Amino acid sequence: MRMRTRMLAVLLLAAFVTPLLAPAAPAAQGAPIKIGFLAPLTGPFAQVGKDMVNGTELFLDEIKREVAGRKIELIVEDTEGQPATALNKSRKLVEQDKVHVLTGGLLANVGYALQPFIDGAQIPATYPVIAADDITQRKPARWIVRTGWATSQPMHPFADWVLKNTKYKKITTIGMDYAFGYETVGGFQRVFEEGGGQIVQKIWTPLNTNDFAPFLSQIRRDSDAVLALFVGRLALQFMKQYQEAGLHDKLPLLGGGTTTDESVLPQMGDEALGTLTALHYSQAIDSPANQKFARAFEARAGKIASYYSEATYTNMRWITEAIKAVGGKVEDRAALLAALRRVDIKDTARGPLSVDAHGNPVQTIYIRKVERVGGKLQNTVVATYPAVSQFWKYKAEDYLKQPLYARDYPPCKYCQ
Amino acid sequence: MKDRRGIAIGLVAVVAVAAAAPMLSAYPLTLLTQAAIVAVLAMSLDVLLGYTGLPSLGHAAYFGVAAYAVGILATDHQRGFLVCLLAGLVLATLTAAVFGLLAIRATGTYFLMITLALGMVVWGLAFRWVSMTKGDNGIAGVPRPELGLPWSMGAPLPFFYVVLAAALLAWALLGLLVRSPFGLTLQGIRESESRMRALGYNVWLHKYLAFVLSGAFAGFAGVFWAYYNGFVSPVDVQLVTSVETLLMVALGGPGTLAGPALGAALIVFLKNFVSVYTKRWLLILGAVYIGVILFAPRGVLGAFRRDR
Repeated sequence: MRMRTRMLAVLLLAAFVTPLLAPAAPAAQGAPIKIGFLAPLTGPFAQVGKDMVNGTELFLDEIKREVAGRKIELIVEDTEGQPATALNKSRKLVEQDKVHVLTGGLLANVGYALQPFIDGAQIPATYPVIAADDITQRKPARWIVRTGWATSQPMHPFADWVLKNTKYKKITTIGMDYAFGYETVGGFQRVFEEGGGQIVQKIWTPLNTNDFAPFLSQIRRDSDAVLALFVGRLALQFMKQYQEAGLHDKLPLLGGGTTTDESVLPQMGDEALGTLTALHYSQAIDSPANQKFARAFEARAGKIASYYSEATYTNMRWITEAIKAVGGKVEDRAALLAALRRVDIKDTARGPLSVDAHGNPVQTIYIRKVERVGGKLQNTVVATYPAVSQFWKYKAEDYLKQPLYARDYPPCKYCQ
Repeated sequence: MKDRRGIAIGLVAVVAVAAAAPMLSAYPLTLLTQAAIVAVLAMSLDVLLGYTGLPSLGHAAYFGVAAYAVGILATDHQRGFLVCLLAGLVLATLTAAVFGLLAIRATGTYFLMITLALGMVVWGLAFRWVSMTKGDNGIAGVPRPELGLPWSMGAPLPFFYVVLAAALLAWALLGLLVRSPFGLTLQGIRESESRMRALGYNVWLHKYLAFVLSGAFAGFAGVFWAYYNGFVSPVDVQLVTSVETLLMVALGGPGTLAGPALGAALIVFLKNFVSVYTKRWLLILGAVYIGVILFAPRGVLGAFRRDR
């Protein structure tokens, strides 16, 4: 018995020491192009992580995993949605696997954590989903190109649209109490108030809220509309409770894109109808490129495409376009980075894409309304704002002098 | 006698790793560095859990407080290594000193609950005190320390040796601590608190001091953690970090010091290597825990020790 226990312990030890000695992969011209992909595959964000991987794989399969005469090898690593793990996995991908491009990531804190490492290792990288404003604004990273969006990017035109197309002048905001919430609400507030609107109340709810009733009862009933920002499970629950509180018919609901994103929309009911949101994608965009993508994704994944899967699908296209531009010579990292920063595609699923000088896409923003079409809820596009920059109509220098949108910035002038 | 053999084996293992380090590529080296840092955290918890019998669920708090101290001082104020180290140690010790006053009165499950609650307080601060901690986004860009040595700490190898030296120092100090009369008293308290009280020992004070010292060493680990990642975020102080540390101690063998260090190393490598081969690595991790509990209830290292 004792011997057996000891044997077990020794075996256990040996099992962990052996992989240490595995040599790092050699890098050679003509060998496959290696792309390292980070996504949360375990933990609370695993579902979104799966969408991200599916989008990536879908595009790679479409091009038969080959570009510029070289095979593409995709190496997927699990971040658990944690910055420290994401850092470890990035080190593994860059130092052990010798990937040529690093991409992926979901949460803002992972984005910020990887930034110094990526710049230090000088590895061309893209962020398809991570939207934290400052990654391409006040703390720009030389080696990171964002292929997704900046959080406040859709909210500026959304406020513009609300001012011009609705009678809402006094709006209450309610959103998740963290950076993503601040940047969404902040972007809306700035443009809305500069255009003559008023944010009359700002409510922040903790990320682990289980019951929205106490917050819903605070909402000022004399406001014209409510702007809500929620993600995932919280979006589902907020919508339900908003209706149960009798607010659905009294105070029209506006929202950040994730509040009615296609990753949660199929699980919503009539309570979501009529909600107006803004994002750089909607599964209902009526273009041949999007219809092709949306159909192919649904066939592959067995569920409708969300912006997460579109983001990684288009991201992979972006990367391969850059690889083509350098003739497959991904070993020249500086050239590849320059190519990533020059990408200009006219017909992605979400419309034309180009990059600004700070490494963020200039793209179409869609104003969307939840409608029931053919028995299913969808984000019908009601207006489009083409070629929207992360700086909206402001000059980049002026914009960057402003502080980052935060819990109390812009300050709530009309709150009581 | 037996102790000495254990220490000798441990030292040989450390020397072997140190000698092999120059031949390893960068990635395994960074993992070894991480293992050494987390090992210090696990050993610090072992003083409480293994030697004093106090299972703390809030150990990430002291670890995180020190990491945040380094993160803030090294980025916004550009302080050097010594200032950061001292600030981290002092803040972690102070936090433990305050929390200890509240927690030590409780025992068993209640001690678990109260340390959990106190740990969450620190997490809440890290998350909500945005002007200081940058909240959810975390503090990025903590530079590797300049130690006045001819080697740049930016390279994996020199940094690994520094961390290894720090971990050895912590091991030595903790080893002296648990073998001192003070440490023996702690073990006495673990076995029977009432008997120790009857013998005239100030049980509360001993437990309190153990709590504070343990927090200080957790802070020591936290300082290097901030430098290692170059990044500090609320994830470092959250409950999961505390629980994982507790599991490292349980896996390696509570009350052995070297055991928890081994447990820490095992978990670091398990997480980072097994996950490369399968997405189901959590399942394997779970199986390892169950296996250890069934076949080696006193931990991996505990299995090598003879019964008394």
